[in-house]
Amino acid sequence: MKFRHYLETIAGVDIYPLISLLIFFVFFLALLVYVVRADKKSVFQMKSIPLDGDADMPQTNNNTRS
Amino acid sequence: MQQQLETFKYDNRIVRNFVYASVLFAAIGMLVGLLAALQLVYPSLNLNLPFTTFGRIRPLHTNAVIFAFVGNAMFAGIYYSLQRLLKAPLFSRALSEFHFWGWQAIILAAAITLPMGLTSSKEYAELEWPIDIAIALVWVAFGVNMIGTILKRRTEHIYVAIWFYLATWVTVAMLHIVNSLAVPVSLTKSYSLYAGVQDALVQWWYGHNAVAFFLTTPYLGLMYYFLVKAANRPVFSYRLSIVHFWSLIFLYIWAGPHHLLYTALPDWAQSLGTVFSIMLIAPSWGGMVNGLMTLRGAWDKVREDPILKFMVVAVTAYGMATLEGPMLSLKNVNAISHFTDWTVAHVHVGALGWNGFLSFAMFYWLLPRMFNTELYSKRLANIHFWIGTLGIIFYAVPMYWAGWTQASMWKQFDEAGALQYKNFLDTVTQLKPLYMLRAVGGTLYITGFFVMVYNLWKTVAQGKFVAEEAAQAPARGHQTTANEFWHRVLERRPMQLLALSFVAVAIGGIIEFVPTFLIKSNIPTLQAVKPYTPLELEGRDIYIREGCNNCHSQMVRPFRSETARYGEYSKAGEFVYDHPFLWGSKRTGPDLHREGGLRNNDWHFKHMYDPTITSEQSIMPRYPWLYTSKLDASLTAAKIRAMQTLGVPYEKGFDQVAGEALAKQQEDVYGAISKETMDKFQQTFGLTVGKDAEIIALIAYLQRLGTDIKTPPSAQSTTR
Repeated sequence: MKFRHYLETIAGVDIYPLISLLIFFVFFLALLVYVVRADKKSVFQMKSIPLDGDADMPQTNNNTRS
Repeated sequence: MQQQLETFKYDNRIVRNFVYASVLFAAIGMLVGLLAALQLVYPSLNLNLPFTTFGRIRPLHTNAVIFAFVGNAMFAGIYYSLQRLLKAPLFSRALSEFHFWGWQAIILAAAITLPMGLTSSKEYAELEWPIDIAIALVWVAFGVNMIGTILKRRTEHIYVAIWFYLATWVTVAMLHIVNSLAVPVSLTKSYSLYAGVQDALVQWWYGHNAVAFFLTTPYLGLMYYFLVKAANRPVFSYRLSIVHFWSLIFLYIWAGPHHLLYTALPDWAQSLGTVFSIMLIAPSWGGMVNGLMTLRGAWDKVREDPILKFMVVAVTAYGMATLEGPMLSLKNVNAISHFTDWTVAHVHVGALGWNGFLSFAMFYWLLPRMFNTELYSKRLANIHFWIGTLGIIFYAVPMYWAGWTQASMWKQFDEAGALQYKNFLDTVTQLKPLYMLRAVGGTLYITGFFVMVYNLWKTVAQGKFVAEEAAQAPARGHQTTANEFWHRVLERRPMQLLALSFVAVAIGGIIEFVPTFLIKSNIPTLQAVKPYTPLELEGRDIYIREGCNNCHSQMVRPFRSETARYGEYSKAGEFVYDHPFLWGSKRTGPDLHREGGLRNNDWHFKHMYDPTITSEQSIMPRYPWLYTSKLDASLTAAKIRAMQTLGVPYEKGFDQVAGEALAKQQEDVYGAISKETMDKFQQTFGLTVGKDAEIIALIAYLQRLGTDIKTPPSAQSTTR
């Protein structure tokens, strides 16, 4: 239970942060590409989810940005 | 093709129950906060009772506000919006009930154990291990209920609010489990699995992200639903919300070390915390802009509608707090702000503005709808809004002022190069009027809150509760489109989204911890540092029980102003046997890390009984019960064994002789108190104190503090 130097034996552990940074850098790039390229209609569809089908909430929508 | 509509019912009961619980515990949490605030001006308001003393009720206040008020409000908002966003009733009524009653039972357990002094001492994680296990169980029930509902949904896509809920769930589960790991000594006592620097790192990774994933991400989800509903227009930019989500959850988790700048934490970890905190401005402000811009073209409504007013202030407070947070993470700013009331101002802008006002807006919006009526009085809601806003200002401004006063007075040197305000009380006396003003701000805020309670009460009374709200939606089709973008696919798959969120938050934590746990050079071993004696260990547990760490730090930072006042700065290696660490986060009183040997036992003996005997202006409460209660040493052997399990190098079999060592040291500490003092206590207070009194153990601990590597007094300034 000595919670000290437990993982000392992992070989080449210093590569972990670099790999994770790389994974996320790539993930973010892909995310940005997706966000920029996303289909306007489908994005609009998603952002309207909370306002759909609420009888007491007539949907008046002046926002054109998606 | 027209699809057939399915009919189902939304459960409003669970939502209403969580709203009621939230309002009830908000009242208690805020009133306890007000009592704590007033005690800083009138210490006698603790009534000389252990249960109502600052060190015990401050955790009660923070836990009540965070987990009872905000927690219950969060569950109400999530359960309401989840059903409607997914066009599905909640997965299981039994789980909902278990979640509700389980959570209230945990709150009740906290309300009982914290005033009793049963605490782990870790901020916002003070509850002892059996309650921690209960929290984990209830949290799992919440998760199963939420994920079950998502899996049974009728909508194709999962709206961004729900991503925030999922990230909240998975991250809080991870934080809670990792930070609560401890070795139990008894049903009500445990020692943290980690020690010193590692414990501090794990605790503030938790503490920071408790703010991030309990007070922020779920409320951002609620913002993306309730703001949109209240304004009756879709969110400004859905694309921005996608970037907001992923960047926020990924960056937040790394920022914990900014709570430990200039401490004995390794430098690289401090820098990591700062860098990620600065980067956090981007997603945080992205979210704020997205919230405020949703109201673009609807500002005429804001003028009319008190709900939108609350939301605008809430989102603005979020923006201010999330800009201030990164600023406070800069080392040069942190050098000023840390340990001062500035931090208190900062968190209250978030708590009162962001969480408080968004919760109130949500209550005003929810209850009339669930009770099929109108809000009883818009005028009263407007009055609440203005009193509440004034309350926030009257709270925050005096605290900012107090923070600056502390920092500038603590660091002021005179022309001769000595500390200008040597006596810590010089600062404290300056702060009293500011503390009083803060209590006025708090009172205003609470007054507004009770106006809301009345308004909601009347609303509920005039309406009729709709326990089950009928709704219709077509069943979910399983359509897949070729060439669909990967993220869009992900939005349909909650389990994958959950897993990816977990990976995002786990990476930051692992990278912070692993090197500290791995590399010996990160925490240099100091030969002179030895484990605590049995009596000191018992004294330390009394220090924890009384919550001394709420007002006293044990961390001298490497500044001239601090080494001149307190002595040698704190080294990482000094804390290797501290399960848990007790660095503290606020200096209402002076730092105690070099307290050992600074004063004689007589001083401590008098001071703890009534601080004004030794320090006339002191605002520290009295601790008379430590003089009449006998030290309970029945667990000493078990405590030694628990420490051995944790790797503290007591000799084998030491637990068997610990009692003798304890008794011997009691004699020594007791013997070092002069007969004159004892006689005076007898005459003045009619008090005969035995060597087995708790105060003796506490003095033993205080006299040990920081002495392992203490440099001789001649080598350092003795000013204090």
